[in-house]
Amino acid sequence: MGNKDSKSKKQQQYQSLEKKYEAKRPVFKNCIKAFFVGGLFCLLGQAVSYFYIYFFNFTEQTSGNPTVATMVFFSMLLTGFGVYDHIGQFAGAGSAVPVTGFGNAVISAAIEHRTEGFVLGVGGNMFKLAGSVILFGVFSAFIVALIKTLLIKWGVI
Amino acid sequence: MRKGQQTWVFANKPVIVSTGVSGGPFEANGRLAADFDILHDDLWMGEDSYEKAQRVLMEEASKTALEKANKKKDDVQFFIAGDLINQITPSSLAARTIEVPYLGIFGACSTSMEGLALASFLINYEGADYILTGASSHNAATEKQFRYPTEYGGQKPPTAQWTVTGAGAALVKKHENEKGLPVVTSATIGKVVDLGMTDPFNMGGAMAPAAADTITAHFKDMNLDPDYYDLILTGDLARIGQNVTYELLQKNGIKFEREKFQDCGLLIYKDDQPVQAGASGAGCSAAVLYGHIMKEMMKGTYKKILVVATGALLSPLTYQQSESIPCIAHAVAIEMDI
Repeated sequence: MGNKDSKSKKQQQYQSLEKKYEAKRPVFKNCIKAFFVGGLFCLLGQAVSYFYIYFFNFTEQTSGNPTVATMVFFSMLLTGFGVYDHIGQFAGAGSAVPVTGFGNAVISAAIEHRTEGFVLGVGGNMFKLAGSVILFGVFSAFIVALIKTLLIKWGVI
Repeated sequence: MRKGQQTWVFANKPVIVSTGVSGGPFEANGRLAADFDILHDDLWMGEDSYEKAQRVLMEEASKTALEKANKKKDDVQFFIAGDLINQITPSSLAARTIEVPYLGIFGACSTSMEGLALASFLINYEGADYILTGASSHNAATEKQFRYPTEYGGQKPPTAQWTVTGAGAALVKKHENEKGLPVVTSATIGKVVDLGMTDPFNMGGAMAPAAADTITAHFKDMNLDPDYYDLILTGDLARIGQNVTYELLQKNGIKFEREKFQDCGLLIYKDDQPVQAGASGAGCSAAVLYGHIMKEMMKGTYKKILVVATGALLSPLTYQQSESIPCIAHAVAIEMDI
């Protein structure tokens, strides 16, 4: 066991030496970029949403679905033409968090595995990044809804 | 002949008679474009998958090396190659085309020097007259296996490295009193070093201790002065790993001028190419050494060099199972035989 302790000390020593040279993520700059690019995406989404409300028979409540579909469609085009990954490198969370980032995760995986065929390639790998988002998203929505239902039933809210 | 703990000295001086180097579009825009024999302007290279494109790179590099030496497949006894893709299939499929008895090796990005060390050992002890050895990598095929889909918009940290699309091959032969060609004089086989680094987006930081360990062992085994070589060239440590290695070496008492210490991962691309910390990949050290550096040696810029290819021996599975990154480095000394 003594050996194991000295090894971890060696590891610690090295890791602190390595930290000295390690280039840090420019967190503050990244946050600013993410804020503005993410905000721009949301602004576009809002414009699309108003477009559906004013030109089609949608209300503020129902315009969400076609807006999301349209934004994912834009994301698909940008991913397919090889632009979205460059936006992602610049904007980070700004392009990953909006629904377009979710679209990009699905579409990029689908493109990537096209070479293994439609069934085993595209079908089998399309949700390899987004799958866990869907799983845990649906599961946490279920839990929250369950809690809400119980609280209403018990008359708490 | 073994010298010291882990070094081979090649008394019969195996000759690197010719080399071939191929690359992709990103390399064509890089700093060393003129040193590639074949450059593609498309990542697909006329194939229908990136893995097949990587096979093409290896085939072309091997073919070019043979053509330059005016040799045919039948003159070569063995082909020693490897790469980063699962079960090293691009190398094995290239071996199918080359039709030479084949030894597939895996040392991640240290494969190039593992291959050259083994080839030199076999030639030195008359196990063959000619051996072809090389390594390859393809940016999109490697990203697909180790990281995210190429078009995925994830943000890479400044410590990340860009996998080289390229291959390098060398034809090693028995010394027959040729003059003016580079010869392999010794090789140090590295051990796996793991100092608990876990971030696959910081390979240089993980590999630095392995590089320092092998270089230190080489000078100790060979009982050489650190100033003996004109150039100590690491494989793909990139900016962070190289600085860390230099400090580790100084701590170990291996002191030489900073200008003598270069890295293939920092040579291959221009400063304005968006590669974060530098380049990486099995093809990185192979393409830079067998292309640019060999040309410089023939020109007389360097007479004695030590090439230390570093490899991170992780897989996506070991990373997901929270295993730290095991790293290795192999050193090969190449000198001009005047």
